[in-house]
Amino acid sequence: MTDTDDSAASTPAPALFELDRLEVRFGKRVILNALTAALHGRSIGLLGPNGAGKTTLLHTLLGFHPASGGGARLLGLDVCTQTARIRACTGYMPENDAFVARMSAVRLTTMLGELAGLSPQGALERAHEALTWAGLGEARYRPIGTYSLGMRQMTKLAQAVVAGPKLLILDEPTNGMDPPVRARMIDLIKEVRDSGATRIILSSHLLKDVEDCCDEVLILKDGEVASTCNIEAERRTNRKFLELEVEGDSGPLEALARERGCECAVAAGGRIKMILPQGVEIADLYAVAARCDLQIRRLSSKRDSLQEIFLKAMEGSNGRLPA
Amino acid sequence: MAVYRRRYQAPEHATTSGRFRFLVFARYALRELLAVRGFALYFVLCFAAPLVGAVVIYLHFNPLGLKVLETTVRELIPIDRQFFLLFLLIQTGAGSLLAAVVGPGLVAPDLANNALPLYLSRPITRRDYIMGKLSVLVGLMSLLTWIPIMLLYVLQCVLAGWAWLATNLRIPVGILACSALWILVVSLLTLALSAWVRWRPIATLSVFGAFFISAAVGTLVSETLHTRWGSVLNVFKLMRFIWSDLFGVAPMPEALPVGVSIAVVGLWCLLFLVMLGRRVRAYEVVRA
Repeated sequence: MTDTDDSAASTPAPALFELDRLEVRFGKRVILNALTAALHGRSIGLLGPNGAGKTTLLHTLLGFHPASGGGARLLGLDVCTQTARIRACTGYMPENDAFVARMSAVRLTTMLGELAGLSPQGALERAHEALTWAGLGEARYRPIGTYSLGMRQMTKLAQAVVAGPKLLILDEPTNGMDPPVRARMIDLIKEVRDSGATRIILSSHLLKDVEDCCDEVLILKDGEVASTCNIEAERRTNRKFLELEVEGDSGPLEALARERGCECAVAAGGRIKMILPQGVEIADLYAVAARCDLQIRRLSSKRDSLQEIFLKAMEGSNGRLPA
Repeated sequence: MAVYRRRYQAPEHATTSGRFRFLVFARYALRELLAVRGFALYFVLCFAAPLVGAVVIYLHFNPLGLKVLETTVRELIPIDRQFFLLFLLIQTGAGSLLAAVVGPGLVAPDLANNALPLYLSRPITRRDYIMGKLSVLVGLMSLLTWIPIMLLYVLQCVLAGWAWLATNLRIPVGILACSALWILVVSLLTLALSAWVRWRPIATLSVFGAFFISAAVGTLVSETLHTRWGSVLNVFKLMRFIWSDLFGVAPMPEALPVGVSIAVVGLWCLLFLVMLGRRVRAYEVVRA
């Protein structure tokens, strides 16, 4: 059992990856065009529409594709010359199905653990732990060819974490999953993130996944960096945008909130949209509501900032969204 | 085993040496092979010929045994270079059949199921992967080819004495060199074809096809153009030329110069390696 490492959380983490005019070509086709960025978060999201170059970037970081120009560093290691060291401390969950159909999940995960450098006994123990953690239970003894899509995704996650990587690279981890399994996958990813021992790069075109799991985002478009965003900082800003639903007459609450400098808009059914000024916290609202003898039934922060940033990044030069 | 742990925990562990990590592939493949019904039986049957060879050698030095069988030494097959070449031929045939059946199961499923990204995202190179798979075939074919034939040679040396050993030093060199060449060519051919075909049964058929088609095409070219150079298309015939030279037996009538044969076999091996290298990648890039 591990708890979040407080000391690690308080000190700023070194750059997870740095891209220095990174260029990747397949033949004459430019896939990644002079990418330059440095991201420091514990978990980084790669966002972008299909074909933006997210997977190619991950493959380049793992050394699957050579860079045609520029360079990149992952965990401080050069992706061109220190591939073996990068792979030794990385767990990778590919986007597509990747397994050996006739092998059981335990066997495959054990083998991959051994290939990552664990002893045979250690790999077997870790395979059982990881597969149980991923929720595969007794199904882990069955051939992977008999698994449902969700189970295969969970197997891919388990094999990625089997050797306890310092960095977990997840390529579209929730692809094709139904909502409950997707929620479970997101919970597992958050658990890895919160363990403090493993940093994450998550590639997805689903904003919700990235918003749930990541604290920093790199948005790609047509092989170029469209935008970078610190979700954590955005979240801090967005704490001021609130939506409330109260039981009873909202008038006194509204009046007292306005007195403290809040902007309010009251809708039907006791719903209030509110912007808190600097220095006013959510706890103050509860205090005001208690004084007015009002019950706050629902309170939510506005969390659509990433969507706005993403849509802005996707805007064409004419200011219109691509079709 | 700590399966009771339901929360994520990154383990503290010591890593094994990376130098021989490719043998993980071999270990898992062998374990899988041993679980296949019929594999062990076939493997044991493959030792029938060396056993017969050992009996023949023993009879050469056992008058009582000859008397029981009512035969004489003259009626037995002589123990010379041809004897060892014959048994090597039998054993390489058995080994090739094994490679054709076993080989496609080593690479084709990995490629068909897209397992390479999982392997190659570990501290494992493409060379390690190929070495791991190759070591399975090399190990199995070694057990069937040069190891039993060398044991026959040792048996003959022990029974015949130093004089025989001194006059037949070329035989062990021939056994080792010929086996090594054969094993390398057959293993690379099997892996390369199965990497391209990807479907195991078809890959097995294509390996057999390569044996027969290359022989047929080589013969056709030689006969049509009235030349002996059609043999360059038949890698197995080229190896027979080399074998004859290494064992010091009479060359085949249509034999090419041994230097040429070795060079062409080398080119074939290179071709198989290139074929293998083009397929064994984490991801295939479709170039525009």
